[in-house]
Amino acid sequence: MTLNTEMRVRVADIKQVADHVKRFRFERVDGKPMPVFSGGAHVVVAMRDGAVLRRNPYSLMSSPEDKSGYEISVLRVENSRGGSHFLHDKLKKGDELTVSQPVNLFPMDQRGRKHLFMAGGIGITPFMAMMDQLSKTGEHFELHYAVRTRTHGAYWKDLEQRYGKSRVKIYCDAENLFIPAKAILENQPLGTHLYVCGPHGMIKGVLSTAREQGWPSQNLHSEEFLAPPPGKPFNVKLAKTNKTIEVHSHQSILEALEAAGIDAPYLCRGGACGQCETNVVACSGKLEHNDIFLEPEDKASGKKIMICVSRISGPDITLDL
Amino acid sequence: MLVKGIKSRPVYSGVAFDPMAKRHIFVLEAEGATSLIEQVATPGSGEIAKADVLYVATAAAPKAYDQKLAALKPHDLWSAPTIPVLLNRLNVVLGAAHMGTRLYLSGTEGFIGQAMQVALNHGMDFNSIKTEHRGSEARRVQCVHCKGITDDVKTQPVTCSHCGLTLLVRDHYSRRLGAFQGVCIDAEEPGTAPAPEVLFP
Repeated sequence: MTLNTEMRVRVADIKQVADHVKRFRFERVDGKPMPVFSGGAHVVVAMRDGAVLRRNPYSLMSSPEDKSGYEISVLRVENSRGGSHFLHDKLKKGDELTVSQPVNLFPMDQRGRKHLFMAGGIGITPFMAMMDQLSKTGEHFELHYAVRTRTHGAYWKDLEQRYGKSRVKIYCDAENLFIPAKAILENQPLGTHLYVCGPHGMIKGVLSTAREQGWPSQNLHSEEFLAPPPGKPFNVKLAKTNKTIEVHSHQSILEALEAAGIDAPYLCRGGACGQCETNVVACSGKLEHNDIFLEPEDKASGKKIMICVSRISGPDITLDL
Repeated sequence: MLVKGIKSRPVYSGVAFDPMAKRHIFVLEAEGATSLIEQVATPGSGEIAKADVLYVATAAAPKAYDQKLAALKPHDLWSAPTIPVLLNRLNVVLGAAHMGTRLYLSGTEGFIGQAMQVALNHGMDFNSIKTEHRGSEARRVQCVHCKGITDDVKTQPVTCSHCGLTLLVRDHYSRRLGAFQGVCIDAEEPGTAPAPEVLFP
């Protein structure tokens, strides 16, 4: 199901760029060039952490034209499922791991006349690549970037220097400065596209402000990767292969299937893309939908589940796999 | 002779007010005026008070839709003498417009296509533009051979007004050109084209 196109890479550089944020540079072990990507693309990084194989999506933040390597920036999350702790605390320069081909679920609309970016915290990363791309073609863009403190915010100084303070606006929580979304959104010229990346509440707030200001949905774009929340263990029964697999508390259904050697479809692993949509044959508990892909009717129907982030509370679920 | 199911054939799904919009721009040609007149219950209040209307009478001039539109008491009403003049005005209006503006186009297909071209040049997404086909079914056709455009095509086949070839009018539509495709119908044996019949009244 999944394409076997992963690339073996070596950690070429690790740099602490802000409080709790590190940048990692990956270069191919075989010395070949990386594929060119488009701003907004991410890769799934596969990490062998002891007995556990972790696969997490991270936005590419290096220049899309740079084929010598890929760079990601990772926030060390306190209640991490393990990925960010592994990258921050265990991964060393020279270590090897694998990354997927770049996938873009957050592309820019090139027909736009102006691109407006709103970032919260580590949500800055996809915009780094987008702005690099736009600046080379001379397109019109503007960044509004909210950070907790000046030392928590990554890259804000570099961005101000590179693109100028008229295009890069920084808002610091600690200084009581917040993105004035309404004032910004009510005044944009026709043909502007809005891109939002950051915490869930921020994305929701900005998008609803945009709709209140009369923006058409076609011009609104957002991306968030959700981590599968923990829960009580349960069993997954596979209708086609007649297997039963236990999903542990801190595992997603997808991860449990992979640990059992089953190749299930996935792309973003963050509840956003729809690739892992799976039909539910039967469920003896309650479905807990954690994705942002399925329509409310689909969620209510109880017939579909996104196995990368959603789980059940109850004893078992039978999937059409 | 028309091949059905061509995906590029435009779909017109109506010009009902989007209540979320901060401002409405209605661009209406002839019978297209009725699609606004029919949905306004209380002149001068509600959504119509946020609407700028650009109107061109063309074939419907005797019906005095401009007076009926004025009676709706929109925020602004402007009547153009011809379509090119209206498109020029639309270009200027959109150049000063903000993101909360919604655009509504109603009239013949050729008119909608030309107004759409102006809007696309301002970076608008065509899916965010509301359209409704009213009035004549006549088509705007581009000859694929000489690239000339013939307006107000009512017959199948039709003679290209530029190069004189006899063209089969297809459902194949170009949003960029705002026109249907016309292809020579008797290229192999010139002179064997069927007689034109009115297919787009």
